[in-house]
Amino acid sequence: MATAEKKKKFRGVVYVAPERCKGCAICVEFCPTGAITMSDRFNSKGYHYPEFTYPDKCTGCGLCGMYCPDFAIYGFREKIGEGA
Amino acid sequence: MSVVEGIKENPVEEFLRTDRLPHVWCSGCGIGTTVNCFARAVKECGIPLNDLAIVSGIGCTGRVAGYLRLDSFHTTHGRAIAFATGLHLANPELKVVVYSGDGDLVGIGGNHFIHAARRNLDITVILINNFTYAMTGGQVTPTAPLDSIETTTPYGVFEQNFNLPHLAASCGAVYVARWTAYHVMQVKKAMVEALNKKGFSFIEIIAPCPTIYLRRNRLGSAIDELKYYKEHSVIQHGADTRDVGIDIRRPEKIIVGKFVDIEKPDYLTAMNEHLGEVLGDKYVRWGE
Ligand code: SF4
Ligand code: SF4
Repeated sequence: MATAEKKKKFRGVVYVAPERCKGCAICVEFCPTGAITMSDRFNSKGYHYPEFTYPDKCTGCGLCGMYCPDFAIYGFREKIGEGA
Repeated sequence: MSVVEGIKENPVEEFLRTDRLPHVWCSGCGIGTTVNCFARAVKECGIPLNDLAIVSGIGCTGRVAGYLRLDSFHTTHGRAIAFATGLHLANPELKVVVYSGDGDLVGIGGNHFIHAARRNLDITVILINNFTYAMTGGQVTPTAPLDSIETTTPYGVFEQNFNLPHLAASCGAVYVARWTAYHVMQVKKAMVEALNKKGFSFIEIIAPCPTIYLRRNRLGSAIDELKYYKEHSVIQHGADTRDVGIDIRRPEKIIVGKFVDIEKPDYLTAMNEHLGEVLGDKYVRWGE
Protein backbone atom coordinates (compact mmCIF):
# COMPACT_ATOMS: atom_id res chain seq x y z
CA MET A 1 0.00 0.00 0.00
CA ALA A 2 2.76 2.42 0.92
CA THR A 3 4.87 1.66 -2.15
CA ALA A 4 2.48 2.17 -5.01
CA GLU A 5 3.99 0.94 -8.29
CA LYS A 6 2.74 3.92 -10.24
CA LYS A 7 4.27 7.06 -8.83
CA LYS A 8 1.44 9.39 -8.06
CA LYS A 9 2.12 13.11 -8.01
CA PHE A 10 -0.99 13.92 -6.02
CA ARG A 11 -3.01 12.23 -3.40
CA GLY A 12 -6.49 12.80 -2.15
CA VAL A 13 -6.97 13.95 1.41
CA VAL A 14 -10.28 13.93 3.25
CA TYR A 15 -11.15 15.57 6.52
CA VAL A 16 -14.30 14.86 8.48
CA ALA A 17 -15.86 16.90 11.27
CA PRO A 18 -17.93 14.13 12.94
CA GLU A 19 -19.82 16.48 15.24
CA ARG A 20 -21.37 18.30 12.29
CA CYS A 21 -22.51 15.14 10.51
CA LYS A 22 -26.16 14.06 10.43
CA GLY A 23 -25.48 10.71 8.85
CA CYS A 24 -27.18 11.19 5.48
CA ALA A 25 -24.39 9.21 3.75
CA ILE A 26 -24.67 11.24 0.55
CA CYS A 27 -20.86 11.59 0.43
CA VAL A 28 -20.43 7.83 0.61
CA GLU A 29 -23.06 7.27 -2.07
CA PHE A 30 -21.70 9.80 -4.54
CA CYS A 31 -17.95 9.40 -4.03
CA PRO A 32 -16.88 8.23 -7.49
CA THR A 33 -14.16 5.93 -6.16
CA GLY A 34 -15.67 4.45 -2.99
CA ALA A 35 -12.94 5.86 -0.78
CA ILE A 36 -15.18 6.64 2.18
CA THR A 37 -17.54 4.47 4.21
CA MET A 38 -19.88 5.07 7.10
CA SER A 39 -18.31 4.45 10.48
CA ASP A 40 -19.78 2.09 13.07
CA ARG A 41 -19.16 4.76 15.66
CA PHE A 42 -21.62 7.46 16.64
CA ASN A 43 -21.12 11.17 17.20
CA SER A 44 -22.55 12.81 20.30
CA LYS A 45 -25.95 13.29 18.60
CA GLY A 46 -26.13 9.61 17.74
CA TYR A 47 -25.36 9.77 14.03
CA HIS A 48 -22.93 7.57 12.17
CA TYR A 49 -20.40 9.65 10.28
CA PRO A 50 -18.10 8.91 7.33
CA GLU A 51 -14.58 7.59 7.61
CA PHE A 52 -11.74 7.86 5.16
CA THR A 53 -11.37 4.10 4.84
CA TYR A 54 -9.51 3.73 1.55
CA PRO A 55 -7.19 6.71 1.16
CA ASP A 56 -5.47 5.05 -1.79
CA LYS A 57 -8.66 5.13 -3.80
CA CYS A 58 -9.29 8.83 -3.29
CA THR A 59 -8.51 11.13 -6.18
CA GLY A 60 -9.14 14.29 -4.22
CA CYS A 61 -11.93 15.31 -6.57
CA GLY A 62 -13.67 17.15 -3.74
CA LEU A 63 -17.17 15.96 -4.62
CA CYS A 64 -17.81 14.66 -1.10
CA GLY A 65 -17.31 18.16 0.28
CA MET A 66 -19.42 19.67 -2.45
CA TYR A 67 -22.37 17.37 -1.75
CA CYS A 68 -22.23 17.40 2.04
CA PRO A 69 -25.29 19.37 3.23
CA ASP A 70 -23.72 19.79 6.65
CA PHE A 71 -20.23 21.06 5.75
CA ALA A 72 -18.88 18.06 7.67
CA ILE A 73 -16.51 16.55 5.09
CA TYR A 74 -13.98 18.02 2.75
CA GLY A 75 -11.73 16.31 0.22
CA PHE A 76 -8.96 17.89 -1.75
CA ARG A 77 -5.84 17.12 -3.74
CA GLU A 78 -2.46 17.43 -2.11
CA LYS A 79 0.95 17.28 -3.78
CA ILE A 80 2.85 14.27 -2.57
CA GLY A 81 5.89 15.38 -0.66
CA GLU A 82 4.07 18.24 0.99
CA GLY A 83 2.98 17.80 4.58
CA ALA A 84 2.93 14.40 6.25
CA MET B 1 -17.92 23.55 18.70
CA SER B 2 -14.52 22.13 17.99
CA VAL B 3 -13.82 21.48 14.37
CA VAL B 4 -11.42 18.91 13.00
CA GLU B 5 -8.22 20.44 11.81
CA GLY B 6 -8.16 20.57 8.04
CA ILE B 7 -11.89 21.05 7.51
CA LYS B 8 -10.95 24.72 7.69
CA GLU B 9 -9.49 24.33 4.23
CA ASN B 10 -12.98 23.72 2.93
CA PRO B 11 -13.73 26.79 0.81
CA VAL B 12 -17.19 27.06 2.33
CA GLU B 13 -15.73 27.47 5.81
CA GLU B 14 -14.85 31.14 5.59
CA PHE B 15 -18.39 31.92 4.45
CA LEU B 16 -20.06 30.24 7.41
CA ARG B 17 -21.03 31.44 10.83
CA THR B 18 -19.50 28.28 12.23
CA ASP B 19 -20.60 29.02 15.77
CA ARG B 20 -24.15 28.32 14.61
CA LEU B 21 -23.40 24.85 13.28
CA PRO B 22 -24.73 22.22 13.14
CA HIS B 23 -27.51 23.98 11.30
CA VAL B 24 -31.25 23.31 11.57
CA TRP B 25 -31.63 21.58 8.21
CA CYS B 26 -32.55 17.92 8.32
CA SER B 27 -30.28 15.05 7.49
CA GLY B 28 -30.01 14.87 3.70
CA CYS B 29 -31.74 18.19 3.00
CA GLY B 30 -30.53 19.64 -0.29
CA ILE B 31 -30.23 23.22 0.89
CA GLY B 32 -26.78 22.82 2.46
CA THR B 33 -25.43 21.32 -0.74
CA THR B 34 -26.38 24.43 -2.67
CA VAL B 35 -24.61 26.57 -0.06
CA ASN B 36 -21.40 24.67 -0.86
CA CYS B 37 -21.89 25.57 -4.51
CA PHE B 38 -22.61 29.18 -3.62
CA ALA B 39 -19.46 29.56 -1.52
CA ARG B 40 -17.33 28.18 -4.33
CA ALA B 41 -19.07 30.38 -6.89
CA VAL B 42 -18.50 33.52 -4.83
CA LYS B 43 -14.82 32.61 -4.50
CA GLU B 44 -14.50 31.95 -8.18
CA CYS B 45 -16.21 35.06 -9.45
CA GLY B 46 -14.02 37.23 -7.23
CA ILE B 47 -16.65 39.65 -5.92
CA PRO B 48 -15.16 41.32 -2.81
CA LEU B 49 -17.14 40.08 0.16
CA ASN B 50 -17.83 43.64 1.25
CA ASP B 51 -19.71 44.21 -1.97
CA LEU B 52 -21.96 41.22 -1.57
CA ALA B 53 -25.26 41.12 0.30
CA ILE B 54 -27.53 38.17 0.69
CA VAL B 55 -31.23 38.37 1.42
CA SER B 56 -33.49 35.52 2.46
CA GLY B 57 -37.13 35.37 3.37
CA ILE B 58 -38.77 32.86 5.67
CA GLY B 59 -38.62 29.11 5.46
CA CYS B 60 -36.01 26.41 5.51
CA THR B 61 -34.09 28.02 2.67
CA GLY B 62 -34.70 31.34 4.38
CA ARG B 63 -32.22 30.21 6.99
CA VAL B 64 -29.35 30.45 4.50
CA ALA B 65 -28.79 34.12 5.25
CA GLY B 66 -28.39 33.30 8.92
CA TYR B 67 -25.57 30.85 8.29
CA LEU B 68 -23.54 32.91 5.85
CA ARG B 69 -20.86 35.17 7.20
CA LEU B 70 -21.73 37.91 4.73
CA ASP B 71 -23.88 40.98 4.97
CA SER B 72 -26.97 38.88 5.26
CA PHE B 73 -30.58 39.81 5.85
CA HIS B 74 -33.32 37.54 7.08
CA THR B 75 -36.50 39.35 6.07
CA THR B 76 -40.23 38.81 6.43
CA HIS B 77 -42.11 36.10 4.58
CA GLY B 78 -42.15 36.62 0.84
CA ARG B 79 -40.47 40.00 1.00
CA ALA B 80 -36.90 39.02 0.24
CA ILE B 81 -37.08 40.49 -3.27
CA ALA B 82 -38.85 43.64 -2.04
CA PHE B 83 -36.08 44.11 0.50
CA ALA B 84 -33.40 43.35 -2.07
CA THR B 85 -34.92 45.91 -4.43
CA GLY B 86 -34.44 48.63 -1.84
CA LEU B 87 -30.96 47.45 -1.01
CA HIS B 88 -29.91 47.43 -4.63
CA LEU B 89 -31.44 50.77 -5.56
CA ALA B 90 -30.10 52.55 -2.48
CA ASN B 91 -26.62 51.14 -2.96
CA PRO B 92 -26.13 50.05 -6.56
CA GLU B 93 -22.51 49.10 -5.88
CA LEU B 94 -23.70 46.12 -3.88
CA LYS B 95 -24.22 42.79 -5.57
CA VAL B 96 -27.50 41.66 -4.05
CA VAL B 97 -28.35 37.98 -4.00
CA VAL B 98 -31.75 36.69 -2.96
CA TYR B 99 -31.56 33.13 -1.65
CA SER B 100 -34.89 31.63 -0.67
CA GLY B 101 -37.38 28.87 -1.26
CA ASP B 102 -40.25 28.27 -3.65
CA GLY B 103 -43.00 29.02 -1.13
CA ASP B 104 -41.36 32.23 -0.06
CA LEU B 105 -40.37 33.61 -3.47
CA VAL B 106 -43.20 32.58 -5.76
CA GLY B 107 -45.96 31.78 -3.28
CA ILE B 108 -46.09 34.49 -0.66
CA GLY B 109 -43.78 36.77 -2.64
CA GLY B 110 -44.88 35.96 -6.16
CA ASN B 111 -45.81 39.51 -6.98
CA HIS B 112 -42.36 40.82 -6.09
CA PHE B 113 -40.81 38.10 -8.18
CA ILE B 114 -42.65 38.92 -11.38
CA HIS B 115 -42.12 42.65 -11.05
CA ALA B 116 -38.43 42.39 -10.23
CA ALA B 117 -38.03 40.26 -13.35
CA ARG B 118 -40.16 42.62 -15.41
CA ARG B 119 -38.12 45.65 -14.36
CA ASN B 120 -34.92 43.71 -14.90
CA LEU B 121 -33.50 44.74 -11.56
CA ASP B 122 -29.83 43.91 -11.34
CA ILE B 123 -30.14 41.22 -8.67
CA THR B 124 -29.55 37.47 -8.59
CA VAL B 125 -32.31 35.20 -7.37
CA ILE B 126 -31.44 31.67 -6.25
CA LEU B 127 -34.57 29.67 -5.61
CA ILE B 128 -34.41 26.29 -3.91
CA ASN B 129 -37.46 24.38 -5.06
CA ASN B 130 -38.55 21.53 -2.82
CA PHE B 131 -42.23 21.75 -3.77
CA THR B 132 -43.52 22.51 -0.29
CA TYR B 133 -43.61 24.97 2.60
CA ALA B 134 -41.32 22.69 4.56
CA MET B 135 -40.67 24.72 7.68
CA THR B 136 -44.33 25.15 8.53
CA GLY B 137 -45.12 21.49 8.09
CA GLY B 138 -45.71 20.92 4.39
CA GLN B 139 -48.46 23.10 2.99
CA VAL B 140 -48.96 23.19 -0.77
CA THR B 141 -46.84 25.69 -2.73
CA PRO B 142 -47.51 26.98 -6.24
CA THR B 143 -44.76 24.69 -7.55
CA ALA B 144 -46.22 21.44 -6.17
CA PRO B 145 -46.86 19.09 -9.10
CA LEU B 146 -50.24 17.45 -9.71
CA ASP B 147 -51.12 14.64 -7.32
CA SER B 148 -48.56 15.69 -4.70
CA ILE B 149 -49.67 14.98 -1.16
CA GLU B 150 -49.24 17.97 1.11
CA THR B 151 -50.77 18.66 4.51
CA THR B 152 -53.28 20.98 2.87
CA THR B 153 -53.96 18.62 -0.04
CA PRO B 154 -54.39 15.20 1.57
CA TYR B 155 -56.10 13.87 -1.58
CA GLY B 156 -53.46 15.26 -3.91
CA VAL B 157 -52.87 18.55 -5.72
CA PHE B 158 -55.31 19.22 -8.54
CA GLU B 159 -54.32 22.75 -9.53
CA GLN B 160 -51.74 23.65 -12.13
CA ASN B 161 -48.35 24.61 -10.81
CA PHE B 162 -45.85 27.21 -11.89
CA ASN B 163 -43.23 26.45 -14.47
CA LEU B 164 -40.62 28.69 -12.87
CA PRO B 165 -38.09 29.08 -15.68
CA HIS B 166 -40.95 30.03 -17.97
CA LEU B 167 -42.38 32.43 -15.42
CA ALA B 168 -39.03 34.18 -15.00
CA ALA B 169 -38.26 34.24 -18.71
CA SER B 170 -41.66 35.52 -19.76
CA CYS B 171 -41.50 38.28 -17.17
CA GLY B 172 -38.19 39.47 -18.57
CA ALA B 173 -35.30 37.78 -16.72
CA VAL B 174 -32.05 37.97 -18.67
CA TYR B 175 -30.54 34.81 -17.20
CA VAL B 176 -32.57 31.71 -16.40
CA ALA B 177 -31.21 28.31 -15.47
CA ARG B 178 -32.48 25.22 -13.71
CA TRP B 179 -30.41 22.50 -12.07
CA THR B 180 -30.91 20.00 -9.28
CA ALA B 181 -29.00 19.40 -6.07
CA TYR B 182 -27.34 16.48 -7.84
CA HIS B 183 -25.66 18.80 -10.37
CA VAL B 184 -23.24 20.45 -7.99
CA MET B 185 -20.64 21.52 -10.55
CA GLN B 186 -23.26 22.92 -12.91
CA VAL B 187 -24.98 24.74 -10.06
CA LYS B 188 -21.69 26.37 -9.12
CA LYS B 189 -21.04 27.38 -12.71
CA ALA B 190 -24.55 28.78 -13.11
CA MET B 191 -24.10 30.78 -9.91
CA VAL B 192 -20.85 32.27 -11.23
CA GLU B 193 -22.60 33.24 -14.46
CA ALA B 194 -25.59 34.66 -12.63
CA LEU B 195 -23.42 36.69 -10.25
CA ASN B 196 -21.57 38.18 -13.20
CA LYS B 197 -24.73 38.93 -15.13
CA LYS B 198 -26.09 42.46 -15.32
CA GLY B 199 -29.83 42.31 -14.79
CA PHE B 200 -32.30 39.90 -13.25
CA SER B 201 -30.66 36.48 -13.10
CA PHE B 202 -32.59 33.49 -11.87
CA ILE B 203 -31.53 29.97 -10.93
CA GLU B 204 -34.00 27.32 -9.87
CA ILE B 205 -32.42 24.44 -7.97
CA ILE B 206 -34.59 21.42 -7.38
CA ALA B 207 -33.64 19.93 -4.04
CA PRO B 208 -34.74 17.03 -1.85
CA CYS B 209 -36.77 17.66 1.29
CA PRO B 210 -36.65 14.18 2.81
CA THR B 211 -38.52 15.09 5.97
CA ILE B 212 -41.65 16.61 4.48
CA TYR B 213 -42.08 16.32 0.75
CA LEU B 214 -40.35 13.01 0.11
CA ARG B 215 -41.78 11.34 3.18
CA ARG B 216 -45.32 12.48 2.62
CA ASN B 217 -45.20 11.44 -1.00
CA ARG B 218 -43.39 8.19 -0.24
CA LEU B 219 -40.57 9.05 -2.57
CA GLY B 220 -37.77 7.60 -0.48
CA SER B 221 -34.68 9.09 1.03
CA ALA B 222 -32.55 12.03 -0.02
CA ILE B 223 -30.16 9.61 -1.69
CA ASP B 224 -33.03 8.05 -3.66
CA GLU B 225 -34.09 11.50 -4.76
CA LEU B 226 -30.59 12.52 -5.84
CA LYS B 227 -30.31 9.27 -7.79
CA TYR B 228 -33.62 10.01 -9.42
CA TYR B 229 -32.32 13.45 -10.47
CA LYS B 230 -29.20 11.80 -11.82
CA GLU B 231 -31.12 9.29 -13.89
CA HIS B 232 -33.95 11.47 -15.08
CA SER B 233 -32.40 14.86 -15.71
CA VAL B 234 -31.94 15.80 -19.33
CA ILE B 235 -29.64 18.70 -20.09
CA GLN B 236 -31.11 20.94 -22.76
CA HIS B 237 -29.41 24.29 -22.87
CA GLY B 238 -31.51 26.90 -24.60
CA ALA B 239 -34.67 24.78 -24.34
CA ASP B 240 -37.95 26.57 -24.92
CA THR B 241 -39.02 27.38 -21.37
CA ARG B 242 -42.64 26.59 -22.26
CA ASP B 243 -41.65 22.93 -22.37
CA VAL B 244 -39.78 22.62 -19.09
CA GLY B 245 -42.66 22.48 -16.61
CA ILE B 246 -42.67 19.78 -13.93
CA ASP B 247 -46.34 18.97 -13.77
CA ILE B 248 -46.34 15.50 -12.25
CA ARG B 249 -44.69 14.14 -9.15
CA ARG B 250 -42.21 11.82 -10.82
CA PRO B 251 -41.80 13.02 -14.42
CA GLU B 252 -39.94 10.78 -16.85
CA LYS B 253 -37.54 13.65 -17.43
CA ILE B 254 -36.61 16.84 -15.70
CA ILE B 255 -35.24 19.30 -18.22
CA VAL B 256 -32.28 21.17 -16.79
CA GLY B 257 -29.76 23.60 -18.23
CA LYS B 258 -29.30 27.23 -19.04
CA PHE B 259 -32.43 28.36 -20.82
CA VAL B 260 -31.99 32.11 -21.19
CA ASP B 261 -28.89 34.29 -21.36
CA ILE B 262 -29.61 37.57 -23.11
CA GLU B 263 -28.60 41.21 -22.83
CA LYS B 264 -31.09 43.91 -21.94
CA PRO B 265 -30.66 47.23 -20.11
CA ASP B 266 -31.32 46.77 -16.42
CA TYR B 267 -33.62 48.99 -14.36
CA LEU B 268 -31.05 51.59 -13.32
CA THR B 269 -29.48 51.84 -16.76
CA ALA B 270 -32.90 52.35 -18.32
CA MET B 271 -33.80 54.91 -15.68
CA ASN B 272 -30.61 56.90 -16.16
CA GLU B 273 -30.89 56.83 -19.92
CA HIS B 274 -34.51 57.87 -19.99
CA LEU B 275 -34.32 60.60 -17.35
CA GLY B 276 -31.01 61.83 -18.77
CA GLU B 277 -32.71 62.28 -22.11
CA VAL B 278 -35.81 63.94 -20.76
CA LEU B 279 -34.20 66.16 -18.13
CA GLY B 280 -30.84 66.82 -19.77
CA ASP B 281 -28.13 68.40 -17.59
CA LYS B 282 -30.48 68.78 -14.66
CA TYR B 283 -30.42 65.05 -14.12
CA VAL B 284 -27.78 63.48 -11.90
CA ARG B 285 -27.20 59.90 -12.94
CA TRP B 286 -27.53 57.40 -10.11
CA GLY B 287 -25.31 54.50 -9.36
CA GLU B 288 -22.77 54.80 -12.16
S1 SF4 C 1 -12.36 13.66 -2.65
FE1 SF4 C 1 -13.53 12.58 -4.26
S2 SF4 C 1 -12.57 10.54 -4.38
FE2 SF4 C 1 -11.88 11.46 -2.43
S3 SF4 C 1 -13.36 10.72 -0.89
FE3 SF4 C 1 -14.12 12.73 -1.62
S4 SF4 C 1 -15.55 12.20 -3.32
FE4 SF4 C 1 -14.29 10.35 -2.92
S1 SF4 D 1 -38.01 20.22 6.39
FE1 SF4 D 1 -37.28 19.71 4.33
S2 SF4 D 1 -36.51 21.63 3.45
FE2 SF4 D 1 -36.68 21.91 5.70
S3 SF4 D 1 -34.64 21.41 6.50
FE3 SF4 D 1 -35.88 19.52 6.59
S4 SF4 D 1 -35.44 18.46 4.64
FE4 SF4 D 1 -34.78 20.59 4.41
